[in-house]
Amino acid sequence: MTDSNRVVIIGAGHNGLVCASYLAKAGRDVVVIEAAEQVGGAAVTTEFAPGFKVSACAHLLNLLDGPISRDLGLESLGLRMVKTDLATVALAIDGHHLSWSGSEVSGAGVSEADRTAFIEYRRRMNRFSALLGRLHNLVPPRLAAGNRSDLITSARLALDIRRLGKQDMREFLRIAGINIYDILEETFDHPLLKGALSLDGVLGTNLGPRSNNSVFAALHRMSGQVGGQQGALALPDGGMGSVADALAAAATQQGATLRVGSPVARILLDGDRVRGVELADGECVEAGIVVSNADPQTTFFKLLGARHLEAGFMRRIQHLRMRGKAAKLHLALSGLPEFTGVAPEQTGERLVIAPDLVYVEHAFDHSKYGEYSAEPILEISIPSVHDQTLAPAGQHVLSAIVQYAPYDLHGGWQTSRETFLDKIMTVLSRYAPNIREQLIHSQLLTPVDIETQFRITGGHWHHGELALDQALMLRPVPGAAQYAAPLTGLYLCGAGCHPGGGVMGSAGRNAATAVLSGE
Amino acid sequence: MKSREHFRTHVYPTPFYSRSQELNRLKEWGRWADYLSPHAYFDVSMEYFAARNACAVFDLTAMTKYRITGPDALPYLDRLLTRDAAKVKPGRVGYCVWCNDAGRVIDDGTLFHLRENDYRLCSQERHLDWLMTCAFGFDVAIHEDTHEVAALAVQGPTSCAILKKMGLNGIENLKPFGINHYAYADVELTVSRTGYTGDLGYELWIDPSAAETLWDRLFDAGSEHGITPMGGDALDLVRIEAGLLLAGVDFLPADEAVRVDRTRSPYELGLGWLVDLSKPNFNGRRALIEEQRRGSRYTFVKLDIDGNKPAHQSFIFTRREKAIGHVTSAMWSPTAKANIALASLEAPHGQPGEELLVEIYYQRELKWNRVMAPCRVVKDAFFDPPRRRMTPAPDF
Repeated sequence: MTDSNRVVIIGAGHNGLVCASYLAKAGRDVVVIEAAEQVGGAAVTTEFAPGFKVSACAHLLNLLDGPISRDLGLESLGLRMVKTDLATVALAIDGHHLSWSGSEVSGAGVSEADRTAFIEYRRRMNRFSALLGRLHNLVPPRLAAGNRSDLITSARLALDIRRLGKQDMREFLRIAGINIYDILEETFDHPLLKGALSLDGVLGTNLGPRSNNSVFAALHRMSGQVGGQQGALALPDGGMGSVADALAAAATQQGATLRVGSPVARILLDGDRVRGVELADGECVEAGIVVSNADPQTTFFKLLGARHLEAGFMRRIQHLRMRGKAAKLHLALSGLPEFTGVAPEQTGERLVIAPDLVYVEHAFDHSKYGEYSAEPILEISIPSVHDQTLAPAGQHVLSAIVQYAPYDLHGGWQTSRETFLDKIMTVLSRYAPNIREQLIHSQLLTPVDIETQFRITGGHWHHGELALDQALMLRPVPGAAQYAAPLTGLYLCGAGCHPGGGVMGSAGRNAATAVLSGE
Repeated sequence: MKSREHFRTHVYPTPFYSRSQELNRLKEWGRWADYLSPHAYFDVSMEYFAARNACAVFDLTAMTKYRITGPDALPYLDRLLTRDAAKVKPGRVGYCVWCNDAGRVIDDGTLFHLRENDYRLCSQERHLDWLMTCAFGFDVAIHEDTHEVAALAVQGPTSCAILKKMGLNGIENLKPFGINHYAYADVELTVSRTGYTGDLGYELWIDPSAAETLWDRLFDAGSEHGITPMGGDALDLVRIEAGLLLAGVDFLPADEAVRVDRTRSPYELGLGWLVDLSKPNFNGRRALIEEQRRGSRYTFVKLDIDGNKPAHQSFIFTRREKAIGHVTSAMWSPTAKANIALASLEAPHGQPGEELLVEIYYQRELKWNRVMAPCRVVKDAFFDPPRRRMTPAPDF
């Protein structure tokens, strides 16, 4: 007889840990089983060169859910931010960069009209993203189910949209599904401002600025709050791994057991319900409920097996857009890089290379045909400016998200990694001419590496493209969007579910809610 | 069919065409899937009576056929079909339905377990897309062999005698839903005791190269046993008498439906006996369990109607004239001497013995008339002779 109070969580990613905490708090006997040697999944700090540590995947914290932090007491467990209001600096080769923080943009050549437009742009985007943010902690409603709580949730969403007021509601409905290129073109004049802002709409996606859904992606990115400020960016002390450590401490405190270095080989069934999991070493852990922090394809195809669910559902899972296009670059540097025109104290902000909209769209164009961008776009963070624990004294680490690096590159990444790395360094050198001389060590994680290292099918950090057709009650697919898989006792809690990727924790918490209400 | 130019031809003659076209005096050809298929050869009634009193031969080459093989063939079929596929042993045939995730019937068909782990699935509609979708995660090969197999249905009381005379030794001992393989003119002749007439009868499956000689030998052997070619119109009559469903007529295949409420579950087609909910997983299982809990929306019934006017496409009413369903197939049955119909009713109507009304429109010399004919829901098929189940099969 399976222990019905026992819950096994596959994967100690941040969502798995959050889910574990809430379930343990509710009195469940929770065991979290992680394949890697450390907890955190894609929220980890790793030493990629002797003495140099970096957030290995996610590198800026913008979505970590406030209520979750408070519920779990993450601050008292040692989670601290070294910086909570990172500004964005849009780099220019000639040194005439722009920067903004909150609603104020400054820099050479920004007209008064652009300044005013920027205030209004941020106001609206903040409002709309806050609307999405309010949905984070809701189990998405089923459409056409006729269930009371589903109807209430749907009505709340409709009411929230209506409450925007006539003007803003109209604007929200106009832009939510379209592309950020059009929005930026109709709002601003400054090419660099437009280019750099478009990055928010394409980062971590399969989209170019002209692709529909890029506004939605930007809104999702801004949908969290840091210190009560909508869409702010923060750096955790000690890198992203410290978020995972605090979450792990919280889970342990609530009574959950964490096991690392134990890959789950498969989910065990007893007829039509879950019985537990089998580990790679053959050990079986019995449980009445299994919650998977893995992505949907890993969960259903690798761990469960397609044959154990119905074919229509499996077809939807098969057709998920799971291929990542974002690479992660880590550089160990002998000194602080000197970006032309950027003051040393500004170097610790979020630096962006996306000089104009056409440049970004061109970068994307390559990826459509299985090529990497000849001129990639970058989001750069040098966390060692704020956090001396990450690099030896006087030296620095640079962490960058680089696009576009398609998962399914023609000819594979084996032969192209070095040439792509060289292209990235060439682009970086234009903005920081001495960076090659400072280079001690470099690491480039392509989506294929991300897939292997973090066990994410397709290496997509959202566990599947985040777009309107794969969001809310459609995420990952109808039939599993309320966290319960169509198999008794199996739940999902990863970024593949609503509300998606980013170090947020809401999917984990909502999954726990679903588990607890499912009985 | 293998030519790359195949798409230029829309309708093909079957491998029996050289023989059937000679016999088709009416030249009433229709199209069935990719093939020319006669509605009738010389007289629908005579063809019908041949099926019931002697032997009728129907060319069923156009029937959609899929070959399913590979180590996972059985688990694959078990997930695809609502019934327990393991019960269809090698050398046996099983009637089956398959559903989508919502538990609505995509089609019905017959599963031939030709040899160990070598299956053929026959159906009215085409399903390659769905069969391939279902194959994900299984080590199984699916091959459409519709055009690689010529097939004849040999149906009626004298069918066994004819096949025996043709030299198919031991055919009389083949049990209903059994399969035999025979060596025949350098190819293999597969004979199954199956059919779409509800009577004693067989289906013959052979390589198209041997189709014409098979036809010739069959008609030679049957010359003194009343052998007669039969077209689609007569076949439709005998299948209604036998209470057998036709996709697209008695139910809407779920994958063709635009309006999902027009589709039916197996329970709503009277095919609950084909559903095995004790299997841990199959397409539609969760929805069907839920339907069992909540109750079905429809029932599928046989009606015995007063009078002799066939109730084609009629509305069905309660005795208080509330519309509760419609007729899907109807005919005057000469064998049962009854005015019969198959019908879909709103649940809970349709209990055996329930008295209802059928609104029948009919024409006499261009004048339309309408009757509200009383009818009763009946349980058993209108035609179900003992010889259908007898082994050894009787001689006539």
